[in-house]
Amino acid sequence: MKVRRIEKGGALKIVVGMRQLADLVEELEVADSGVDIDRDFVKFVSNEWDEAALEEALLIKEAVGGEVVVIALDEPDVDQTLYSAIAKGADRAVKIVGVEEGWTPTRLRAQLLSKWLKSEGDWDAFLTGVQAADDLDGQLAGLIGATLGVPHAAVVSKAEPEGSSLRITQELGGGTLSESVATGKVVLGIQAGRQAPRYAPITRIRQAMSTSTIETFDAQEIDLGPGPKVRKIYPPQSKGQATMLDGDPVEVAEKIVELIRAKGLVR
Amino acid sequence: MSKDVLVINERVQGENPDLTFELIGKAKEIAGILGGSVGVVVIGDLSGTEAFGAADRIYTVEHDALTSGYSSQVWEEAVLAVVESVQPKLILFGTGTIGIDLAGSIAKRVGGPIASYVIDLAVEGDDVVATSQLYGGKLLAESVLEGDTVVASVIAGSFPSEAGKSGGSPEVVSVSAPSSLGSLSLIPGSVKEPDKTGVDITTSDLLVSVGRGVGSQANIEMLQELADAFKVPLSASRPVIDQGWLPKPHQVGKSGKKVKPKVYLAFGISGAPEHLEGMRSSEMIIACNTDPKAPIFEVAHYGTTLDLFDLVPEILEKLEA
Ligand SMILES: Cc1cc2nc3c(=O)[nH]c(=O)nc-3n(C[C@H](O)[C@H](O)[C@H](O)COP(=O)(O)OP(=O)(O)OC[C@H]3O[C@@H](n4cnc5c(N)ncnc54)[C@H](O)[C@@H]3O)c2cc1C
Repeated sequence: MKVRRIEKGGALKIVVGMRQLADLVEELEVADSGVDIDRDFVKFVSNEWDEAALEEALLIKEAVGGEVVVIALDEPDVDQTLYSAIAKGADRAVKIVGVEEGWTPTRLRAQLLSKWLKSEGDWDAFLTGVQAADDLDGQLAGLIGATLGVPHAAVVSKAEPEGSSLRITQELGGGTLSESVATGKVVLGIQAGRQAPRYAPITRIRQAMSTSTIETFDAQEIDLGPGPKVRKIYPPQSKGQATMLDGDPVEVAEKIVELIRAKGLVR
Repeated sequence: MSKDVLVINERVQGENPDLTFELIGKAKEIAGILGGSVGVVVIGDLSGTEAFGAADRIYTVEHDALTSGYSSQVWEEAVLAVVESVQPKLILFGTGTIGIDLAGSIAKRVGGPIASYVIDLAVEGDDVVATSQLYGGKLLAESVLEGDTVVASVIAGSFPSEAGKSGGSPEVVSVSAPSSLGSLSLIPGSVKEPDKTGVDITTSDLLVSVGRGVGSQANIEMLQELADAFKVPLSASRPVIDQGWLPKPHQVGKSGKKVKPKVYLAFGISGAPEHLEGMRSSEMIIACNTDPKAPIFEVAHYGTTLDLFDLVPEILEKLEA
């Protein structure tokens, strides 16, 4: 497929890296191997911070025009995430296929995505979620930045177009904000968009499924490089700290009010 | 390659974070086992380095690009310059913005392994063993970091900070600024202090706090009523703020306020490390969460797995009685 080159002044081509993650609301069991979660019965959902990255990318496109491309590795239910991104306004979706199933190290993601980014060439910014709950071997944005030799910034809460640059706001903790300006290609780990991720109605997602196709890109042979060698995964030893309050809502409410009263904080 | 441990001080302006002292304390223990020394990397604002008396050396980098603001590119080049000159065995970042920003890229550039979300570290022979929190604290992972230089990014509150605070007079070593700082494409700008307007959740003895479990903005009303009945402010976890359900000053946690009330009532909050960082030292924590495995119960003193929508009206009823 021929890539449309954007000529309009100020228009930006933004690539959004998305991924699937075990739903944290579910019970997570350790697999028999002892070094991964049992993936057979968990539900996989889109990483929440990637959704924030998509929202920020769509806001940039709405402001200055251009193109939003979403890309993800082939993982359980990823098509749902990609089609819903199209339904929200992304122009293209790409899936990297041929990746071994299981716990994908972040540095493998980083290298595969970097291969695609190199082959695509003409993008201006790559946005992805600030973190994912299983990225033991580092956060994606920094790894991609270092792989490509492109500057990156993480914990980003705003990326606003300014001419051909992006003005980036990072959260330094405790509410302190720092600004910087990216004058060239940049890789961003998004903490929160300027607004909560938009909602894609199911009818629009269905429409995206019937009118658009997900492009594929073959995973290539990768030298993974050194990483943490996982010896075991296990649930935290419950320190059993919390005393559970038994009873129906009326009884528990009474106990809670009693505890607060004992501290002298309610009459 | 040395046996040294290098601590990256995550401070752009303001006070040195307590986390740096936690890291120095642990670094001393590890360097003691390895037979190396402890260095602290201080970038940008060089005031306040006398606080790092527990370290053997303080490494600084001086350059115009480092005098104001923060850019990951600037910091990455400066940290890398120190790393290349010291060639440490272990580099310790905190899992703050700078750790999330740079720990991975520094590891990649030095060709060493990294473990994120670390809550414990040990030495086994030539290797560092890291225990990390995954899945928002629901599982732990133990991993071995092998190599000449390895990197760990540590969650705040994992180690006592006292051990990193003892006195001494470390040598200050100025590492020459890398030439890469002369050609930047991520230019540092201004740093903005937190907005001081709006509700102050840090002074209340009791906080009613609400998380994403509340489900919608409309449902916040019920928790607001409860807070009003106690005559205290309503506080919240980050997703509640990011959804626009409550303004930013209500946020508790790493990127919000640190609170230490006598009683912290948590409704529908899972207890992710970034939330715990802001409230774990509350005198008494009472948590309501339908998931009995929610990490919040690890820090709570009292808990219930009742549905908040069943419980809150009953508490209100009790208070009105
Ligand atoms: C750099 C960085 C900084 C961050 N800073 C902060 C910060 O300052 N503060 C912060 O809070 N987070 C912060 N986070 C986000 C943090 O990682 C978590 O995503 C967040 O704390 C989760 O919020 P939560 O517990 O409300 O939501 P969830 O994790 O979604 O938990 C909701 C909980 O509600 C329970 N629940 C659902 N329905 C009910 C019901 N009816 N009754 C009772 N319980 C119910 C569920 O079992 C679940 O445990 C930060 C993240 C990053 C990467």
